[in-house]
Amino acid sequence: MIQAENLSLSYDGGTTVVHQLSLTLIAGQITALVGANGCGKSTLLRGLSRLLKPSYGAVYLDGQDIHALKAKDLARKLGILPQAPTAPEGLTVHELVAQGRYPHQNWFQQWSALDEQIVTEALEQTNLTLFADRPVDTLSGGQRQRAWIAMALAQQTDVLLLDEPTTYLDLAHQIDVLDLLAELNEQGRTIVMVLHDLNQAARYADTIVALRGGQIVAQGAPDEVITPENILQVFGLDADVIVDPVTGTPLCLPIGRRKPRKAKITSYTNGKLKHPISASIEAVGE
Amino acid sequence: MSTRVKHFSSNRTRILSSRALLLPGLFIALILLMACLLWSITLGAADITPQVVYDSLFHFDETIFDHLIIQTVRLPRVLAGVIVGAALAVAGAIMQGLTRNPLADSGILGINAGAAFAVVLVAYLLGSASLTAYSVAALIGAGLAAGFVYGIGAISGGASPLRLTLAGVILTAFVSSLTTAILIQDQETLERIRFWTAGALAGRDFAIIAQTAPLIAVGMVGAMLISRQITTISLGEDVAKGLGQNTLMIKITAGVLVVLLSGGAVALAGPIGFVGLVIPHIARFFVGVDYRWVIPYSAVIGAILVTLADMAARIALRPLEVPVGVMMALVGAPFFIYLARWKVKR
Amino acid sequence: MAERRLHRTWIAVRPRRVPFSFKLDRRVPLMAALLLFFTFIVLIMSINHGAYHMTPLDVVQTLTGTLPADHPDYRNFVLVVHTFRLPRILVAFLVGAALAVSGAIMQAITRNPLAEPGILGVTAGAGLAAVILIVWLHEVSLTILPLVAFVGAILTAAVVYFLAWKQGSASPVRLILIGVAIASILGSITTFSLVFGQINDVQQAYVWLTGSVYGRNWDHVRALVLWMSVLMPLAFFGARSLNALNLGDEIATGFGVRVERQRALLLVISVGLTAAAVTVAGTIGFVGLIAPHITRRLVGPAHEGMLPITALVGGALLVLADLIGRWVIAPSELPIGIITALIGAPYFLFLLVRYRK
Repeated sequence: MIQAENLSLSYDGGTTVVHQLSLTLIAGQITALVGANGCGKSTLLRGLSRLLKPSYGAVYLDGQDIHALKAKDLARKLGILPQAPTAPEGLTVHELVAQGRYPHQNWFQQWSALDEQIVTEALEQTNLTLFADRPVDTLSGGQRQRAWIAMALAQQTDVLLLDEPTTYLDLAHQIDVLDLLAELNEQGRTIVMVLHDLNQAARYADTIVALRGGQIVAQGAPDEVITPENILQVFGLDADVIVDPVTGTPLCLPIGRRKPRKAKITSYTNGKLKHPISASIEAVGE
Repeated sequence: MSTRVKHFSSNRTRILSSRALLLPGLFIALILLMACLLWSITLGAADITPQVVYDSLFHFDETIFDHLIIQTVRLPRVLAGVIVGAALAVAGAIMQGLTRNPLADSGILGINAGAAFAVVLVAYLLGSASLTAYSVAALIGAGLAAGFVYGIGAISGGASPLRLTLAGVILTAFVSSLTTAILIQDQETLERIRFWTAGALAGRDFAIIAQTAPLIAVGMVGAMLISRQITTISLGEDVAKGLGQNTLMIKITAGVLVVLLSGGAVALAGPIGFVGLVIPHIARFFVGVDYRWVIPYSAVIGAILVTLADMAARIALRPLEVPVGVMMALVGAPFFIYLARWKVKR
Repeated sequence: MAERRLHRTWIAVRPRRVPFSFKLDRRVPLMAALLLFFTFIVLIMSINHGAYHMTPLDVVQTLTGTLPADHPDYRNFVLVVHTFRLPRILVAFLVGAALAVSGAIMQAITRNPLAEPGILGVTAGAGLAAVILIVWLHEVSLTILPLVAFVGAILTAAVVYFLAWKQGSASPVRLILIGVAIASILGSITTFSLVFGQINDVQQAYVWLTGSVYGRNWDHVRALVLWMSVLMPLAFFGARSLNALNLGDEIATGFGVRVERQRALLLVISVGLTAAAVTVAGTIGFVGLIAPHITRRLVGPAHEGMLPITALVGGALLVLADLIGRWVIAPSELPIGIITALIGAPYFLFLLVRYRK
């Protein structure tokens, strides 16, 4: 369980981005941090790992201050995947995933049998076994992101923090990655991710934390958090909220200035699912 | 890894915040320059009073020794300093605007080293060559070096400031070792040329000024003519293209101008670094980011700086004369460090 | 469903009784063998080449000690091989290896493929110290030149690091830029010395500055072996953290790497290697830049295998460069630093065409 208490974060001693924020993230859940650009969600995520030192307050993992822990100990419990990571040229998928074993290795044991086994399993779980010997930069965006997630998997942490894992991916790959994360969550991992797509957050998260100006505006299950009032407050956007006919979760419908067109078809499936992915796309697309 | 650079001090307004102040400001700078020139002429192994200087200029009497000194030694030297300072500063301003890299100048990007090598090569191959030969060599050397650096910028699709700097460092290293190879082989060339390779205003005479001044003049005029286009391209190449600018032509033209200015400066006084680095920043501090003003201000401030540096170089270790290139490095490098510490985000 | 077999591109080394294990790209042993063989051939050719004529067979026999004692030129052969040629070639090899590994470390730490060993101003510092000694301090004997150069190198690196340190971190970008600036300052003072010094001293200084292995003897070899036997294993052990740092500070921190501390440690190793190399052979450029690139194309970027291979590549390059330097304007000799520059720049051009980031 991760707990932030009166946490304030700033960059290089400059303006405070996150203001005296207190937050409890429940273990075993998927939590999504959402908000407009500059609201501090990425900053908060980095503060929850050790990437950013608090200028005030503290972060506790299972009751222990994360900055008091030894770096390697924390690395075995908490993994972080930053936004748009880059791999060195020519590094193969297997080599990248193998790096995830770092916190469990030392100068003498740099590649134990256990390491090898776990990396193999991580590759299998992310369906990358066939790609293991290919350089990471030759993969598609979605595969590449899966490789990074496999690396985080190999780290064998209970908690996984991800900063915008779906940005820059096309839609099919976004859903692919999110489904993978949901699978990992079902196996017991706590997932905390920054998402910029509110509807994806609604669909996949157990808890949504909405931020504005470095403070929490709303927190709770998607049904509670995604309301027109909250969307207006957090994003400055007029919106309607309906129930997503495919998943049953809240669906945010922005109200812009454009006049609505007359709908020809309301649903291709009449609520009945054909193939999970294509049905979702068609339903949302209309 | 990307290097975000605070290029244009966006949260700071320029000192001369009202447009009305820009032209008067330039005049004041010019007056300052005149004062520095006068001061510089009075300084030397034998200090000469301003009255004598005035006389030598307007009532020249060749029997008076001081008048001779002023006309044959000090005036050309000071003039050379002005020309070199202005040329290098404007070249630096163009490069910084063009590459959107606040750490660019002809020294760092290896253009000076290329020009210097060409001159050393000519000195080695042709013994004592004519002034024209040196000038042409400097231009060719500068041209090749600039082409190299341009190639990097073009091929790497907008090289980051860091990458360009490193490329310049490596180019300089390469060219310097070639220069050294020659200087090791031939002691005679070494003897003749080594003072010049440090960047020196001593011993400049009107002949060489007459040779190189036209090149630099063309460069300056050209720079003023395309100053508005440089402002546009400094906003970003995509933006400039979107506004309808023919960025390729501008880049080529600017490149030619940089070669004229740096090559001419090197032919005149050897490779002097950091002028082009430091001056545009100072100019932008005063006038903002409109290159129609940055360029003329750079020229004047550059002339002032080199003149002052030369004065310092002459009195620092009297009677020994520190090459002005060394003095500029001692002044400019700390400024570069300041830029690296405060203006470059990781 | 097709069988999903993991395609092994690595070799796991796990001795049975010892709790020790590491992983190597499978191309590494082959490359190592090839490089050693190549170096050996060039070594023989290099020893063979010279004013004093010997056949390759003579060379091999002298080296392996199988030359019959009653051979008419026995004494001469042994003298030439063991006293003159072998030590200098060994120095070239060791210096090349040191610079290559140092360059590889720098490139990984700064995550910049254009970084090279001298980037913290180490070479400029050593150069200035040496030049001051040669040109100005005539009363002081030149035997302390190595020490002086070494001190100059280390001091400069320390100053650069200190200046790049801001709010608890010395970011790679700042390190590079400040290194460039300091190198400029030191370079200009060096230039000043070269301009005003006695012409003979200056020429001597120039030779040192360009980098040369002329006249290097077994003392130099011993000094290098001493330093490198400490620093190289340390570098190899740091391969894992180099891998992690190469992925970015954030991911490395996520792995539990103490980024600033590791970076400082690795910098010390790199500076130490560079300082040793520069002290013995002067400022040789480009090896440290290019050898890692070549190695990455041969065996990939994973540092466990990449570092040892880089050492071999660097060593081979310099031994080859030395041979070329002695051959191209024979009987005169072109300093090794010039050759590396002449080879280096075109290859660097090629690199820049490739790296379109």
